[in-house]
Amino acid sequence: MMFVPGNNPGMMADAHIYGPDSIMLDLEDSVTMAEKDAARLLVYNALKTIDYGNTEMVVRINPLNTPYGKKDVEAVVKAGVDVIRMPKTETADEVRELEAEILKVETEIGRVGETRIMAAIESALGVVNAYAIATASTRMMGIALGAEDYSANLKTNRTPGGAELLLAREQIVVAARAAGICCFDTVYSNLDDMETFRKEVELIKTLGFDGKSIINPRQIEVVNSVFTPTEKEINKARAVVAAIKEAQAKGSGVIAVNGKMVDRPVVLRAERTIALAVAAGVIDKEEAL
Amino acid sequence: MRNSKVVTLEEAIRRSGLKDGMTISFHHHFRGGDKVVNMVVDKLAQMGFKDLKLAASSLSDVHKPLIEHIKNGVITGISTSGLRGELADAISHGLLKEPVVFRSHGGRGSAIANGELKIDVAFLGASACDELGNACGVPRSENAKSICGSLGYALPDARYAAHVVVITDDLVAYPNMPQSISAADVESVVVVDSVGDSSKIAAGAIRDSKNPRDILLAKQAAKVIINSGYFKEGFSIQTGTGGASLAAVKYIREEMISRGIKASFALGGITAHMVKLHEEGLIGKLIDVQSFDKVAAESIAKDPLHQEVSAVEYASGQHLGSATHALDMVILSALEVDTDFNVNVLVGSDGIIRGAIGGHQDTAADSALSIIVCPLLRGRIPCVVPKVTTLITPGKSVDVVVTEYGIAVNPARPEIKEKLQAAGLNIVDIKSLAEKASSIIGTPDALPFGDKVVGIVMNRDGSVLDRIYNICD
Repeated sequence: MMFVPGNNPGMMADAHIYGPDSIMLDLEDSVTMAEKDAARLLVYNALKTIDYGNTEMVVRINPLNTPYGKKDVEAVVKAGVDVIRMPKTETADEVRELEAEILKVETEIGRVGETRIMAAIESALGVVNAYAIATASTRMMGIALGAEDYSANLKTNRTPGGAELLLAREQIVVAARAAGICCFDTVYSNLDDMETFRKEVELIKTLGFDGKSIINPRQIEVVNSVFTPTEKEINKARAVVAAIKEAQAKGSGVIAVNGKMVDRPVVLRAERTIALAVAAGVIDKEEAL
Repeated sequence: MRNSKVVTLEEAIRRSGLKDGMTISFHHHFRGGDKVVNMVVDKLAQMGFKDLKLAASSLSDVHKPLIEHIKNGVITGISTSGLRGELADAISHGLLKEPVVFRSHGGRGSAIANGELKIDVAFLGASACDELGNACGVPRSENAKSICGSLGYALPDARYAAHVVVITDDLVAYPNMPQSISAADVESVVVVDSVGDSSKIAAGAIRDSKNPRDILLAKQAAKVIINSGYFKEGFSIQTGTGGASLAAVKYIREEMISRGIKASFALGGITAHMVKLHEEGLIGKLIDVQSFDKVAAESIAKDPLHQEVSAVEYASGQHLGSATHALDMVILSALEVDTDFNVNVLVGSDGIIRGAIGGHQDTAADSALSIIVCPLLRGRIPCVVPKVTTLITPGKSVDVVVTEYGIAVNPARPEIKEKLQAAGLNIVDIKSLAEKASSIIGTPDALPFGDKVVGIVMNRDGSVLDRIYNICD
């Protein structure tokens, strides 16, 4: 998910050419108070007029308790955004409040239920309430960590190793998995240190995250290379899926691949590997079956 | 020493027999740091000359004092590869009575060699020269201060001009050999304090672009090269100095290492990037008509496999031995490309001259594969358009156009299209690119051109390709 300032038409016009999975047009922190209205209008027109192809379009709105939040919801729902990202989410009630706002606008335009919600968790309270937030609405598609505000709230600093974020990251992954939705890690802002960035992406992949927020197209390649399954992983996953199909056809319960017993978690992991490989464009759908 | 040719500038001019109406010439190896053109034309104005024709290999921002000399009638005609800055702006608005004649580097070399462009007196700046006129662009003493490397664009002038004056800021002991300009061709040597501002002649190695669009374009261009069928042992390549061109070299290098492929030569303007590949053993020889940075200028001074060539040897369309005829692939830039693959690198979308033909026409025509790298949009300006503002390189010379929205292949090269498609590249119709550009930013209003011809674009064979009209405000 690539963050793009909502007040920069040049960046908004062609953010999709770099191939991010999703683009988050930002109306919140990257836009000054004086530009909030202009940026909202720009984002509205970008969503209406620019052909972003298959890229998932997300807009980060201002909090509902500011003078801008509700206007943001109205504009982006009317423009047909896929996902609204709610910043600084701390409770399930806040999600429900946003849901009600979205429904109001959707009803007005006759497009009910299309807009999904992603909640950014950026405080200790939000981390504690992560599961409640993740399950607050059927519109919830994911939760994401916002590390800058979170570490400030913890009264600590961000470090290259990210020790201060460990609990929040794990809590968010666990809450998302328990709720059956996606989870996304925070941004890494030093563009000149691709090595540390790569290590961070490897870490969050190991923790179980579905993806990473990025601030520059140059970071896309690293995220994709870490998340894209290797040929070896794909072949192994295929062998597992083929074996399970064969076993099902024969009515056999227990199967083995290369002499090792394959149980349900192994099959689930294999299916996820193949789904990731398809999503990354390494193999095509028909090939995967 | 006996027979010394060293004289003052005024004396050199007097001895040259220069008369009103004649043609004087200059090279542009000192680029934005050049002091020679302004120094000489100031002197000519002071001495009362009028109606001179100025034949430069190129002109840039630094030459804006020529505006006054044009107004005063000292300069009444210009031929060049390019024009930039205030001088270009004034000429685009109709400052000069006669149209400027634009030629490619190879085209200028040919025109000088075949007598079409007759030079009466050449004033050629040099980084070092001895008292008899053996001159070069590389350092030959501890006092060397204006180093430009290759003097390739000055060599046709030195050889064919009726009278040659070398201007240097480092007079060295005879013999200054090996030399670029031979004393046999030189009539006078003038020693001055400075021929150029060294900080603007050869900058340090240009840093790699961090612009994500440049990187995207560079990766696509590199993929085109790698999958074109020409990327094999002994291939040859030329690239420009734009961010995308330089970044492409980086990706091509990685692939050369991983596949164990070496290039036989790199051609044209040589940069630090090419020098690096050469020093790593990935490129056999460097054929250098212009050294683009300090690293390249230092390399040509010490490395026998890094060779200087004249503009004729580099890119003449009329001399079959020119290096472009042996060139496999070239990466070029563009201000505009149209749906017939025609390219404009000279006139901006505002109708003002802001570029140079350079070796564009020459390398596109002669190379086996020419690749134009060009963003679809520059801000609100469309770069793939239905028709170019000014025709510089005909579409029949252009094989592939790389944009951030897809790669277009000239229908005349179906085999290239097939190869690139097989490699999984996003191949699109060039018309769909123009439509995409217009769908994003609309159709710009037509430019308010007047009816005065301010520029004539020559093809490299000496024919006229296009005319540039004055722009009205």
